[in-house]
Amino acid sequence: MYSKPKVLLCGDTGVTIEFGDRIDPETNRLVRRLFRVLQSANHPGISDLNPTYRSLFIQYDPWVCSFERLLQIVDRALSPGGPPEPQTASIKDIPVRYGGEFGPDLEEVADYHKIEVGELIRLHCAPVYQVYMIGFTPGFAYLGGLDKKLHTPRKKEPRKKVFAGSVGIADQQTGIYPIESPGGWQIIGRTPLRLFDPGREAPFLLQAGDSVRFRPVSEEETWQYLWESLQ
Amino acid sequence: MTVRKCIRILDPGPLATVQDRGRWGFRSWGVPLSGAMDPLALRFANLLAGNGEAAAGLEIAVGGFRAEFLCAAVFCLAGAVREALIDGSPVEFWRACSAKEGSILSVDFRGPGLRIYLAVSGGIDLPPVMGSRSTYLRGGFGGLSGRALRALDLLPLGNQEGRPVDRPVPEEIVPDYSPEPVLRAIPGPQDERLSRRGRTAFFTEQYEVSSRTDRMGMALSGAPLELTGGADIISDGTCPGAVQVHGNGQPTILGADCQTTGGYVKFATVISSDLPLVAQLAPGDRVRFEETDLWSAREIYMKNEYLIRRFFR
Repeated sequence: MYSKPKVLLCGDTGVTIEFGDRIDPETNRLVRRLFRVLQSANHPGISDLNPTYRSLFIQYDPWVCSFERLLQIVDRALSPGGPPEPQTASIKDIPVRYGGEFGPDLEEVADYHKIEVGELIRLHCAPVYQVYMIGFTPGFAYLGGLDKKLHTPRKKEPRKKVFAGSVGIADQQTGIYPIESPGGWQIIGRTPLRLFDPGREAPFLLQAGDSVRFRPVSEEETWQYLWESLQ
Repeated sequence: MTVRKCIRILDPGPLATVQDRGRWGFRSWGVPLSGAMDPLALRFANLLAGNGEAAAGLEIAVGGFRAEFLCAAVFCLAGAVREALIDGSPVEFWRACSAKEGSILSVDFRGPGLRIYLAVSGGIDLPPVMGSRSTYLRGGFGGLSGRALRALDLLPLGNQEGRPVDRPVPEEIVPDYSPEPVLRAIPGPQDERLSRRGRTAFFTEQYEVSSRTDRMGMALSGAPLELTGGADIISDGTCPGAVQVHGNGQPTILGADCQTTGGYVKFATVISSDLPLVAQLAPGDRVRFEETDLWSAREIYMKNEYLIRRFFR
């Protein structure tokens, strides 16, 4: 974490406010705080915000808001006496069907760590994860807080097709594929929740700063969720 | 049953998509900005045709495009200039034109530049997705069912908002398109990651646009740039116009559909006023980067913006 955030230029209409040079909860918390303060302030001239692991990207329109004015706005948002961070949402519950056809790599990962499958599931479900950022593809949440005991290298050969909702592990990260795509993560389960639906009024279930918890569900409950989502 | 005002695609050419000025406000969810790669060309086309700036039009790559107007309308072509005909009569670019019910518009495929924009009075009236009608091809949403246009596609038109502007656009506000443009770029956000030699090379070398060019970005090839400490960074926010340098020392200019986060060094960012030049780069074209600073870039932007607003007032 830097003692003072860095202001990096991204051309003449973008700025990155960088808080540190590593991935850790404290740095990310600073990013999220600035993101949420600016998001709710809704300044004309700030046209987009993108919080990432350790920095916040801001796109602005110089015709409406100059660079200098933008820095003033950011300064005020960062100051301890500045606007309060909007209340954090409750913990989001993610039901997951582990193993079988939904988690083809579950046993392999358990073998790799020399633990029982049940223990793996317990370790994966125990923490409250933070959504560090959403990127790579719409709705893909990068979660922080995976137990060190579950850090697993990516698959040597990525899959051509990973199903939407797949829950995976890669190195020290765990995450959920929101849409079908190729991927190299170890897939240990699948959630019936649709994390991203462009047609839905609230297209995304998760956003940066959310807290998430995984919960193992039975096959029956999985099909129940899927059925309900079709209604 | 009401017959809606439409245009019918007869031949989309190699790639035509519905685009507007972009999907703003969703990058924090990993949704790329999308929208016209050449935002100025679409903006002009819209304003000349009497539309607002948020109207959706067509982005046509290369050309070879044909469409039929199923109703009378005003339209405007802008961007890469091509030979274009409406019912056999030549169409001037950057100028509002009229079409009758049954008129056929054709745009040739030969000519400089890469992207042609078509705005039609009323705008393309498809349902917006997350506030925009821009097509995000990789995600399969926006525009017409999230895909490239095909022959026989029907595109409904909205109601005319304003009056067409029947004056030719002054040359001073049309971008200086070229197959060998000089792109002005501001160092950053990770400008310290090129060595001094690399930095000098970046602003001196001429790069060739490779065939790996699409709406996500264009890969350039040339003398490899010297990085300090590798090309990887902790993934952070990207924007169209940012120039990434990969491990092989080759730069890539990010496009409208670029991923919202990236783990590669971004040495410099092309200034917003030169994005139209980037949008018109075709494989084989050559570019050079010229170093500039925020204040010079802002002066250019403000001057252009003032001239544009004055013209359309």
